[in-house]
Amino acid sequence: MSHEIQEQNDDLITINMGPHHPSTHGVLRLVIQTDGEMVKTCKPEIGYLHRSIEKIGENLEWYQFVPYTDRVDYVCSMNANLAYCLGVEALLNTKPETAVEIPLRADCIRVLFAELNRISSHLVGVGAAAMDMGAYTPFLHGITQREFINDIFEKTCGARLTYNYICIGGVMRDLHQGAEAEIRAFLDQLEPAMHSFNALITTNTIFRGRYAGVAPISREKAIAYGMVGPNLRASGVDWDLRRDRPYGIYPKLKFAVPVGGAYGGSKGVLGDCYDRYIVRLLEIVESIKICRQVLDMMPPPAEQADDPVGGYRVDVTKKLRTPPKGGIYTRVENPRGETGYYLVSDGSKMPYRLKIRTGSFTSLSIFETLVPGLMVSDVVALIGSLDIVLPEVDR
Amino acid sequence: MKNDELFGLLQVLYPDVSSTVAETGEIQWQVPTGIFLEVARTLKDDPRFAFDSLMCLSGLDLSKYPTAVKGEFVGELLACVYHLHSFEHGHEVCVSVTVPKDETASIPSVEPIWLVAGYFEREILDLYGIAFPGNHDPRRLMMPEDWIGHPLRKDYQYPSNYSTWELKREGQNFTSGPYA
Repeated sequence: MSHEIQEQNDDLITINMGPHHPSTHGVLRLVIQTDGEMVKTCKPEIGYLHRSIEKIGENLEWYQFVPYTDRVDYVCSMNANLAYCLGVEALLNTKPETAVEIPLRADCIRVLFAELNRISSHLVGVGAAAMDMGAYTPFLHGITQREFINDIFEKTCGARLTYNYICIGGVMRDLHQGAEAEIRAFLDQLEPAMHSFNALITTNTIFRGRYAGVAPISREKAIAYGMVGPNLRASGVDWDLRRDRPYGIYPKLKFAVPVGGAYGGSKGVLGDCYDRYIVRLLEIVESIKICRQVLDMMPPPAEQADDPVGGYRVDVTKKLRTPPKGGIYTRVENPRGETGYYLVSDGSKMPYRLKIRTGSFTSLSIFETLVPGLMVSDVVALIGSLDIVLPEVDR
Repeated sequence: MKNDELFGLLQVLYPDVSSTVAETGEIQWQVPTGIFLEVARTLKDDPRFAFDSLMCLSGLDLSKYPTAVKGEFVGELLACVYHLHSFEHGHEVCVSVTVPKDETASIPSVEPIWLVAGYFEREILDLYGIAFPGNHDPRRLMMPEDWIGHPLRKDYQYPSNYSTWELKREGQNFTSGPYA
């Protein structure tokens, strides 16, 4: 292709990493120039999964777009649903005639499922990161726990990957019979399982040797390159939308926000791969706490679906025909960082413009400056530690 | 600091900057293209603003956007909307730059100010056809490099073929309906 390195230096070799390399977590292609084992330049090539979701959104009615948000980030579809639905609800709430009041139980279910999905997404993230480093077993431990979560989701909403469960005005249907007990039992066995996971890989000397001190991102660089979520916090920025720009029932919940702290021992640097890994593990622990609190405060189901306390959904279809005119930008803390929706409405039943800002997209922008100077094997470590999901990048 | 106080501060420095409020309550600062780079640098470097983070950069095709008068549109315009956030002060603003919609549409690149803008701008260059002079790598990001047209423009025509592939299937008519 034309952009590929025109002037070939004798010592440099141009390598295509991807798009089908198993450790690129999807169809990411990195065009890297190497001098021996050292990477000199790196250019990410994306767009292999571009499905034009934003254009599709302009031709659908507001509520019809929810299933497409599943496909934006399939590892945490619940959170992706939530981000869009909160955006549309924020749009409706700007005018008193179209304001929507979500039932308390629906809000609780949303946060509960979003946190469960965060746990499963982080488990896949850290498991895949370990797998990239040659340790296959931790990934299976992560996937096993994720299966339990998928089973719970399947019983409630019928799907295991693309849930389409959270909808504008609440959730699709109430929890299935006995869901609370199942979730509690799952959380009770997850804590000891995390201890064995840590004993297996987190404290492993070889793994720590591969991750500690590799590709550190400074605080200033993280902000300048738009890093979000766990990647930002690993660089020492104490910022979590759930606490600092709270939505839903998060103001009523107590949880800590883990930040990076050069956890990698003597080789560790603030914001290195190991910090990003540890921040994700600590977030799983916080999510377990959140789930328990939500289960304690969840009101019992009511007879009516739109009951303001025990209901699970209010009808918003009429209000969605004439939303307020203008734009609104909302952001939500997802496992891969903040997901922003810039919704522009022209007062009709379809969005005029629907822009999705995702965490993985901006994470990718740092590659060109961060990768030069790394070993080829450390590039794989970096991709794993940033926890990139490619459909989110290409959309 | 509140949005109107911040706007007052900026207007003392740049009287050409105006502010609009939409029905949704969204306050947009309209900045002329000529002074945009200067304004952006002030917003980043002035300690009273200190907008160190570019949260989101969206392209927008305003040519089908209705005005208050029924049946009238805003006009043949493209826009870039910058959502800025300051980690230091915690305030957020929305800055909008509007350019005429044609093949020469261009807005100065803010990549030297907010490094993340490079990728956002490449996406807009690809999907809206706005050039960003100053971007270090002005290539298409999502679509193939030899793709013709800019898909997110409102008047985009779905192509019947690309390279050697026939994209139009039998019986499909993209000249009418929502995908026209």
